[in-house]
This record gives sequence, C-alpha cells and structure tokens, in this order.
Amino acid sequence: MAEDQVIVGLEVHCQLDTKSKLFCGCSTDYRDDGPNTHVCPVCLGLPGAMPVLNKRSIEYAMKVAKALNCTVLHESEFSRKNYFYPDLDKAYQITQYDKPLAEGGYLEIESDEGGERRIQLTRIHVEEDPGRLVHMGNAERGKYSLVDYNRAGIPLIEIVSEPDMRSPKEARKFLNKLRATLEYLSVFDSDKEGSLRVDANISIKGNERVEVKNITSYKGVEKALTYEVTRQKNLIRRGVRIERETRHFIESTGITQSSRSKEQEHDYRYFPEPDLRPLHVQSWVAGIVLPELPDARRERFVAQYGCSLNHARTLTGELKLANFFEKIVAADPQGLSTLAATWIADTLIGELNYRSMSLDSVDAAQFTELVDILKQGSITDKSGIEVLRIMLDQHMKNEPAEAPAAIVSRLNLAKTSGDTGIITAAINEAITENPKALEDYFAGKGGALNFLVGHVMKKTRGKADPGELNRMLVEALKKKEA
Amino acid sequence: MESYELTFEPDDRYNAFLAVCKKAPYGKGKLSGIAVAVKDNISTRGIETTCGSKILKGYIPPYDAHVVELLRNSGAAIVGKTNMDEFGMGTTTENSAFGPTLNPCDTGRVPGGSSGGSAAAVASNMVPMALGTDTGGSIRCPAAFCGIVGLKPTYGRVSRFGLIAYSNSLEQIGPMGQTVSDISTLMQVIAGKDRKDSTSYDRPYTHTPVADIKGLKIGIPGEYFGEGVDPKVAGVVKTAIDRLEELGATTVPCSIPSMKFALAAYYVTCTCEASSNLARFDGVRYGPGADPKKSWHEAYKEVRRAGFGTEVRRRIMLGTFALSSGYYGKYYAKAQVARENVKADFARIFSEVDLIAGPTMPSIAFKLGEKSDPLSMYLSDILTVPANLAGIPAISVPCGKAEGMPVGLQIMGRSFDDERVIDAAYAYEQAVN
Ligand SMILES: [Zn+2]
Repeated sequence: MAEDQVIVGLEVHCQLDTKSKLFCGCSTDYRDDGPNTHVCPVCLGLPGAMPVLNKRSIEYAMKVAKALNCTVLHESEFSRKNYFYPDLDKAYQITQYDKPLAEGGYLEIESDEGGERRIQLTRIHVEEDPGRLVHMGNAERGKYSLVDYNRAGIPLIEIVSEPDMRSPKEARKFLNKLRATLEYLSVFDSDKEGSLRVDANISIKGNERVEVKNITSYKGVEKALTYEVTRQKNLIRRGVRIERETRHFIESTGITQSSRSKEQEHDYRYFPEPDLRPLHVQSWVAGIVLPELPDARRERFVAQYGCSLNHARTLTGELKLANFFEKIVAADPQGLSTLAATWIADTLIGELNYRSMSLDSVDAAQFTELVDILKQGSITDKSGIEVLRIMLDQHMKNEPAEAPAAIVSRLNLAKTSGDTGIITAAINEAITENPKALEDYFAGKGGALNFLVGHVMKKTRGKADPGELNRMLVEALKKKEA
Repeated sequence: MESYELTFEPDDRYNAFLAVCKKAPYGKGKLSGIAVAVKDNISTRGIETTCGSKILKGYIPPYDAHVVELLRNSGAAIVGKTNMDEFGMGTTTENSAFGPTLNPCDTGRVPGGSSGGSAAAVASNMVPMALGTDTGGSIRCPAAFCGIVGLKPTYGRVSRFGLIAYSNSLEQIGPMGQTVSDISTLMQVIAGKDRKDSTSYDRPYTHTPVADIKGLKIGIPGEYFGEGVDPKVAGVVKTAIDRLEELGATTVPCSIPSMKFALAAYYVTCTCEASSNLARFDGVRYGPGADPKKSWHEAYKEVRRAGFGTEVRRRIMLGTFALSSGYYGKYYAKAQVARENVKADFARIFSEVDLIAGPTMPSIAFKLGEKSDPLSMYLSDILTVPANLAGIPAISVPCGKAEGMPVGLQIMGRSFDDERVIDAAYAYEQAVN
C-alpha cells in the first residue's frame, strides 16, 4: 500500500421499493402528492400507535443479503435510535443495532487496475426513513420550516462496506454496481428522487478518518471524496493533523464542510424496540430465488452476443440498458448484436447524458430501425449520428417522432455509392480549391490526403462512404500526377 | 348497527373523571348499555386523552385503541376518561396534572395508582366496570386500596394498540370491576390477538368463572409476608389464604429470591422505556404547541419543561441516564438479566404449584400527601412488580379490612392461565359473600 493510500468505506441507504411503509399500511407512492397525505397514526408517531413489520420489506432485504453473499443471522432485532429532530415524529428511529439482519458478504467491482476486486461488506440492516423538512421564508421575512411525514416510515436498507475501496473512482464503481444489483433484484428504483443516500468514511493511510454525510447522488460520491482526498492530502503536506470529524457534503458547491457543533455529537441511547418481536428468518434464505445478476448477465452478453468485455460491462451496468439492448437485438441477434452494442454503449449513452435524457425516452422499435439501416450500410456512421440526434431532439422538444427511414430520406442522407458523379464533382472542386494541399500531397506530406478527404466529405455532407471516397480521391490524384 | 344513548351525569366528588361523556352512545351486544370508564392513557376517538398530563391537554385522538373498539363493538357505553398519575407514573394518583383522585372509602386517603380514577369510579358505583392499565401494579394497587377487583392479564393477552406507552415491555390493559364476574366479562370482550399489536397473542378468553379450587396447590412466598409488609395487612391476607384451604386448595411455602432485585430491575426498565416513549411530546403535532418563533430545540425545551410534572421529569432523566453510552451495560442490560431471574424463579415455583397468593400491597391506602418521598413510594410496588417483570397474570380481590380500609388478596398464575387466576378469585369471592 502506498504511503498516501486513500482508504474509503461506504454506508449506503437505499429505499426499498415496497408498496407500503415499513411499519404501517400507508402507500410509499407519495412523490406526486401533497405533504402529509400518506400518513396514519403509526407513521405520524401518534401516542399509542404501534409498529407492525411489513414482511415484504424483510423479504426484499434478504434478497439483497443473499445476492451480496451475506450471512442472515439466526436472530435479529429492531432497536430504537433516540434523538430529537422535527422530522423524526417519535423522537426515535426504529433501526437495527447490535443484531442486524445480515453480516459479512461482498460485492465485486472492476478495479482501477482492471480485473475484478472484492469489496467486503460489514452488515446489512433495515430501518425506517424519517420525515422531511421543507425550509421556507428568508432572512428578511423570517425563516421557518414545514415538516412532511409522507416519507416517514419508508423502508430503508443500509449496506455498510468495509474500508476496502482505494479511490473515489472505486467508490463510485461500488455504488454503481450496488445500484445495478438492487435494480436487478427489483427491490429498488434509482429513478425515484432521494431514494439513495450515502455516508462515506475516508482517510489517508496512517491518519484519522473523516465521515462525510449527506451525499445524495451517484456522482456526488466521487465528487465529495475527490474533494476530501485533496483537502486531507494538502493538510498532511502542510503538517496539519487530520481531526476525526463529521463533515457534510454540499452538493451545489461540491465541497465538504465541518459540522463542528456539539449538538451533532449524539448519544443515541440504543435499546431493543419493545413493541416488535425478534426476527427469526434465517430459514427463508434457502427459498429465495435470485434472478440473473449483473456479473452473470455480463458474461452471458459476451458469450451469447459476442460483446466485447467493455461493452458488456457498460450494457449490464444498468438494468434498463441491458434490457434495452436485448430488446433491440431480439429479432436478429446474429446481425445486430455488435452494431447495437457499439451504438448503445459508445453513442446513445453519451447523447442521452448530453441532453440529460433517460433511456425511457428512446423508442426501442425506432432505435432498432436505425441500427438496421446502419447494418444495411445504406447510410454512413456520421449520418447515423445525425439521425439519432434528430430523433432525440424531437423527443425532447415534444415534436412528432419521425421514423429513422423518414429522416434519412427527408435529409437525403442515403450513401452516394452508385452516384459517383457527385463524389467526382466534389473531388474535382476540392482539388481545384486547394492547390497548396495538392502540392503538399505530391511532396509526400502525410496530412494532405486527410485534409482533402475532409473537404470532399464536407461537400458531400457526409453521405459518401468513406472507403469509396478515399479510393476515388487517390485515383483522381494519381491521374493528376500522371 | 343500531345506536342508543346513555345519559351519564355522575356526582364525581372524588375527581375520578378527567372527561365525562354526558350522552354516551352505545350499541347492541354483550355489554349493551353498560357504562364503562376508560383510563385516560387509552386512546378514544373524539374524546380528549391526556394521560393526566398538561403536555397532552387538548389532544383528541383520531383513532380508538383496539380495546375501545372492542368495547364499542360489544355495545358498551364509553362514559368517560378516568384520572391517573401522569403517564402512569405513580402509586397514588396524586401525580395527576389535574388534581388527585380521592379514595371513596376514606376521602382523606389516596385511591392508589396509577389507575386511581378507574378504581374510584367503580368503588363509588359511578360505573360497574372500567379499564385500567398495569405497568408495575397500577390496576391491582388501586383495586386493593379501594376494595374492588382488578386483573393484570398475561402480557400479550390484551392488545396494547392505542395505549399511550409508558413502559411497553411491562404494561398491560386490564379490567377493573365490582365483582370477579365483571372482570371475566370484560376479559371476554378485550382479550385476543390484534394484528396491530405485534406482541399480542392469539389467546382469546372465552371462559366463565367456576368457583372450584379443589385440589389446587397454592404457593405462599415468604417474601410477601416479610419485612416492609404491614402485619395487620398480612394478618388479613393470611385469613383469606386459610379460607382458600377450606375451599379445598393446599398451600405450600415458597420463595422468590430474585425479588431482591425486582424493584431495581423494574425501575430501570420502565424509566429507560419511558425516556424514549415520552420523547415524542414536543408540541409539533399535538398538545400545546411549540413556539414557532423559537429555534426548534429551544421550543422543545420550553414545551417539555412546562408540560411534564416533577415525577415524569425525574423518570425521564433516570431513564436517559441509564441508557446513555457507557451505562447501558451497567443498568439496562443488568435489569434484563434480573428480569430473566425473576421469570426463572416463577417458572421453578410454577412447576410445583398452580397459583401463588399473597397481599397485593404491603399496606392499606396511604393518607393524601403521606408518600412525599419518591423512594418510599417506589418501595410500595414491591409485591406487584414481580408479575409485570415475569409477564404473568395477577388479580387483586378484596379480602377484608385493616383499620377500616380495604385489603387486597393477590393471586398470580402461570402465563396464559388467566382463567385459573380468575376462578380462584371467584371461588374466594363466592365463599365470603
Ligand atoms: Zn402510516
């Protein structure tokens, strides 16, 4: 381990995608509804109300435990974590403390050096989400907060890793892999706002560790940790001792801030929740049937579709993406797999990210048609990208969707092969307009040919097949030379 | 369901009621038209429920406790909410924020607690039966002091859903009445599994009391007649036990050595749980509101300081301390070990006897203001807390008088043997009346 080795451990909280809350029958589908509309005496913490455990949430958590190779304990129990905060209606959170649902386990990620690396897990436990504060007003007119208990009681699973990650990038990979695994298990919906929260422990070898709280996005993890690595290394370089402390990540600025106040140093006074019986669910493990998980699917993509390892990794890294790929190639796996993998992994993802669009907005049938057109070789890759961009832009602007074939014909993008007249004309024009390049070419300067190719491409608006264009240009130049 | 109305205008000279329903609706069923009073820590939809505390003044629950729903379904008329020591924390009902309840047998004395309002309402004939709750003797103590019958059922036999928790692992809702038959009738209505209370068991009560204890073996623990027990009370209870022998039971002496630690285990457990249970009273959702102009923690402090009485604050602080980091093992964990020892002692005794009998309380009802020092008040729970620690059923049935005040005979049984406990009390009651 290098002298300034970075050491990272994560605590990941994910909302389990059950229909009802962890301890009452209230619906978890609250995001489009008004505040305090999905509440009852139990999740409002009204005096006298008692929790009743939602069995489904334990089944979900156990699926995760099994998929992550954890050991489900013979007996686990719920405990109360006591602290005051206005979003916490009972002034305690029902969570698991010294008897969690499961312990141990691991998750494999692609290491920075290539290959797979095992990140060991400490434990998995189940707990309830608190409510949510909405801050109102401003400095002049008085600040105040409103509280919404719709979120109170949503089941959370907390997955705690060992400090096994060696870089912010690995932490992000761990998180992405974890997300994929949870999605494959159909227990988690990463699209739901606020469905994931991460606390990270980070230290530089031989120094105290710092806990960074309040990270709420996948990108945020890498950002927060990268900031911390720089901050901590700078302090060490200046000879300042790193304090063991809790810091908060500020998503908007990308920095972490010390939460220095004493009030943050809680003594949670854990004790077993007397209103719930201990859990004895170890025997359920054998009956849990796991679906195909990301690693298995990745290997299958390589074997079945001949995907490259990198493409397979990208495609199976998200459940939706993997499903999308298989939908596209379903009709013609032999003919479409390689093209589809390339176009989805190398092009589509980038274009979607650029537009902040989700895969849901891509019509699989239309995308299949595009890949099919590309397979027939009737348009160039460059035109393919143009068509794809038009399709995405139309969707984004809510314009009627045009079929790829219609776009090709409207913009006259079909390759000009067979119509060599247009290419010949373009070549002649390019040669006439660039006597210097011609000279350079004859003088044996390598860049000149590419320069001329570029000009011809521009004149044919990318419709010319690059191979054909090249051949014709070289021929024309030979004629000139002769 | 047909609905009728019961007019209820009691002469409440004992301050037994905190809320009275002058026109109490009722329906058809086993308890049709019978006036039932409900302790004020049991949630009643539409009727103010305060736990005898200022911090819940004005709180009107939007839902019924499971037992209240069962009472309504069986036709009972819920006629009011009865006074109690604040959140059940007391043995006299003097700790109510709304003034003490007086003992109908002697208004210069306390009715016992914490279900003192329910006991006084029954003892003064304002109602034939009532619900109380028993965390460490809170049904049996006032039953003994006021000369009525009160049962703490087996833990888990009656749903606690809607009972405003003081100490979840110890407390049970139970019946209080003028006769053992009334107790049995109420049990028929309120016992059984409730899926809203995960600690409740599927053990409904369908029994009708039988006055027959022939051949039963009754253990008499030496600790129940030892130091701290008023000899006059002990004498009355011994006579009652002789009566049980005359009825065909045999008695054997026994011992509960773990009783040495019972009170400590009890007070650590209940204060720990209470410190957590009572943390939710912050003025944000119900009760007197927090000042929105103050920061939340300032507002919380203000609401809680003004809302809780002295004894409640004392127990919250004790529990908070006992659970705090570094002390958990010394107090809470140790208390649970002591509790297991109490259970083990009872298990051992019950492998040889069917029932255990002794006094309910070590003395007759205290004079108002007599127990001003908290420790001496805690000591008076010594004979009732073992049943709560072990979760076993225990009944108090009137068995005579000392210094003109009622004395209670306590009969305890195995877990889920509530029927046998009731039968023994019934046999005694039938024999002496
Ligand atoms: Zn709810």
